[in-house]
Amino acid sequence: MDSLPWLFFYARSAQKGELRLSMSKSKEKILMGNEAIGRGLVECGCDLFASYPGTPASEVMPAVIRFAEELNRPMHVEWSVNEKVAFETALAASYTGKRSAVAMKQVGLNVAADPLMRSAYLGCIGGFVIVVADDPGPYSSQTEQDSRLFAHFAKIPVLDPSSPAEAKSMIAEAFELSERYELPVILRPTTRVCHARQNVTCLEAAAISKISDFKKDPGRWIATPMFLKGLHRALDEKLDRISEEERFYPRLCPGDGSMPMTCIISSGVSYSNTYELLEDMGYLGKVDIYQVTLPYPLNRHFIEKIQSGYERVLVIEETYPVVELQLADEKVLGKRSGYVPREGELTPDIIEGVLIKYLEVPTPAEKISQPHGEKRPTLCAGCPHRAAFYAIKSTFSKGIFPSDIGCYTLGMNLEAIDTCHCMGACISQGAGFYHAYALDGKEIPPIVVTIGDSTFFHAGIPGLINAVFQKARFMLVILDNSTTAMTGNQPTPQEGTLADGRPGNKVLISDLVKACGVRFFRESDPYDLNRFVLYLKEADQFVQGEDGGVAVIVSKHPCVLDKEALKSQKVYTISVSDECVGCKHCIEEFECPAIIYDEELRQAKIDEIVCTGCGVCEDVCPLHAIFVTEGRK
Amino acid sequence: MKQQIILSGTGGQGILFITRVLAEAAILEGREVITSETHGMAMRGGTVLSHVKIGSFKSPLIRKGRADVGLFFKKENVAIHESYIGKSGLKFVNTNILGNYHCLDATTIAHDMGAVVVMNLVLLGYAVGKGGLFCGPDLLRRAIKKISNPKHTNLNMKGFEEGLARKES
Repeated sequence: MDSLPWLFFYARSAQKGELRLSMSKSKEKILMGNEAIGRGLVECGCDLFASYPGTPASEVMPAVIRFAEELNRPMHVEWSVNEKVAFETALAASYTGKRSAVAMKQVGLNVAADPLMRSAYLGCIGGFVIVVADDPGPYSSQTEQDSRLFAHFAKIPVLDPSSPAEAKSMIAEAFELSERYELPVILRPTTRVCHARQNVTCLEAAAISKISDFKKDPGRWIATPMFLKGLHRALDEKLDRISEEERFYPRLCPGDGSMPMTCIISSGVSYSNTYELLEDMGYLGKVDIYQVTLPYPLNRHFIEKIQSGYERVLVIEETYPVVELQLADEKVLGKRSGYVPREGELTPDIIEGVLIKYLEVPTPAEKISQPHGEKRPTLCAGCPHRAAFYAIKSTFSKGIFPSDIGCYTLGMNLEAIDTCHCMGACISQGAGFYHAYALDGKEIPPIVVTIGDSTFFHAGIPGLINAVFQKARFMLVILDNSTTAMTGNQPTPQEGTLADGRPGNKVLISDLVKACGVRFFRESDPYDLNRFVLYLKEADQFVQGEDGGVAVIVSKHPCVLDKEALKSQKVYTISVSDECVGCKHCIEEFECPAIIYDEELRQAKIDEIVCTGCGVCEDVCPLHAIFVTEGRK
Repeated sequence: MKQQIILSGTGGQGILFITRVLAEAAILEGREVITSETHGMAMRGGTVLSHVKIGSFKSPLIRKGRADVGLFFKKENVAIHESYIGKSGLKFVNTNILGNYHCLDATTIAHDMGAVVVMNLVLLGYAVGKGGLFCGPDLLRRAIKKISNPKHTNLNMKGFEEGLARKES
């Protein structure tokens, strides 16, 4: 529980200026939720940790690496190419008796769904913890799905932390539960827990070290269908026993009896918000409030208590009605009836409205304005993707542009992408568009697919193999900026650096593309717009040619957020001449944050602070009014 | 003393860093702290908002009308997020345009120092100089030193001191 650390006394360490708990070797640190989870994994003796970056889960890995070093714990850590691979790698390590864990965002669990579902039946040996970060809102995701419901579907227990400190303590609980039942356990933090920072009590690493010892058990690890009914029954029995465990009976903060037969049930960060609101409204200690820490399987005795002991029940949870559905009681107010909003994040302001209604609180009608006029995100100044997008849309004004997930989804602002579905989908979508149009026997619009390098490794390769095999015809531009930029510049297999900074074996995109059977391949720096456009036209000719197929162009230029790469890049000084007529072509079609419109002069103007000096805009202005003055090209 | 602070601006302005400085300062003084910040796509130049709550809070989020202090790293953001500021709350805004708030053109000051990136610390220095924050400048100096990349500590401190020196403006 996150309030416990405050029962201790503090002593100041003169040397380091840090606060230390005087009772043990523990100390207080300000940790982000994801860092607290990483710390918890290392403290619990986790031996193998695998992940694929994705907001809001990306910061667990760097924390694991940092704390493993700090606490002198040798571990295998890896950024796997995708969540399925990460999951399977960590699961096998658990078969040997070692503790292992995997972290991903909620849609990553869709990718890892196949190994997840079966892992419930077959179980694990060493503690196996699956950290799945949900994104109610959503802020940075393609859905706001609730992984607790996924856990229910998979028949895997799930813990729901309400704060960074609690997320860390739940890691220990998850490992313990996982080992006791030989069952994977999910920890489901949400964005507001992952990206909250809080003072967290940190301990030394536990002296848990297992020598790998995989015990062959074909009936379990191979589990042909004849074994599965028995494994399924054993799984159900495990879940029944967990739902009887007293330690997972929801925590009650009791009322004083002034609101009899009335209670509020909450979990995750919604509990923190609800608790604080009740405190502010003067209802804490008046009405019974329960915190559910294990939403699935929900404690059986708790379900009975709610069904028979209360007349009015309100459930506040994110994002789907998981606790509510298990209560299976018509009197429960929650998401099914729309009493609590069914979509979006349950912000304190929204929960306040629900509580006012439920508790029948008289309030002055205070109209609070909602934030408006927020600025949309955009590709960085100097971003190589912008140059590639500009080349694509100016070459193929009637094209269809399937794209994918990453920074380059912001190509939407430039109207240079038409679809974005899930990791790797764009290549198969390119093929699908082709086959659909080809059926009509008429002219087929140019199809230009864009995908990032990391996304290509993640899930693009099978789509490319299939497209080549099925004789699809389209252009594929791989936006290779040598990093996973959106989530904080994690390395890719091509760049060749492992998660902990050691060199790995490089895997080259060009080799992969050729091995997929692609017969047209070019690589070009998109900063050289003219050459890039030339390659696009060649690619189009190949696609339409008698023996056409998939044409691949790698758009190669490092991310401008890579400080080292930026240093080796030529920097041009850009000026705008009086020939600028203020047509705004550069602002509307190129949308570089460094080009602004001077309302007084009615001309484009370069914001020198923002400009990286890439020089691409020189080739964008139709009147050549934007030009390079220094470091001539 | 409990204090709720919002930090509003756009991705790339160093708002996460100031969020961390405030949190570290709180823990250096032995207080509880919980913060919330924006990550991911919004950081690509989009609007970002950090919440910092010093004292015994459970929720990482600040409700509308409850913030004691707002640091606005961009003038345009006052219109977007001022609804978070309470009736007696203080607003510190990075601008030279006067309004119903304390203002300082931190961007120009940082630019003149030759380091536009320390604009965030200039505004922080200004706010603490005005007595707007839960702690004094010394605690923030210690927090900045503790979490700065050693290569940037001096520059960060200089930016902070520049802002602090403008408390009369």
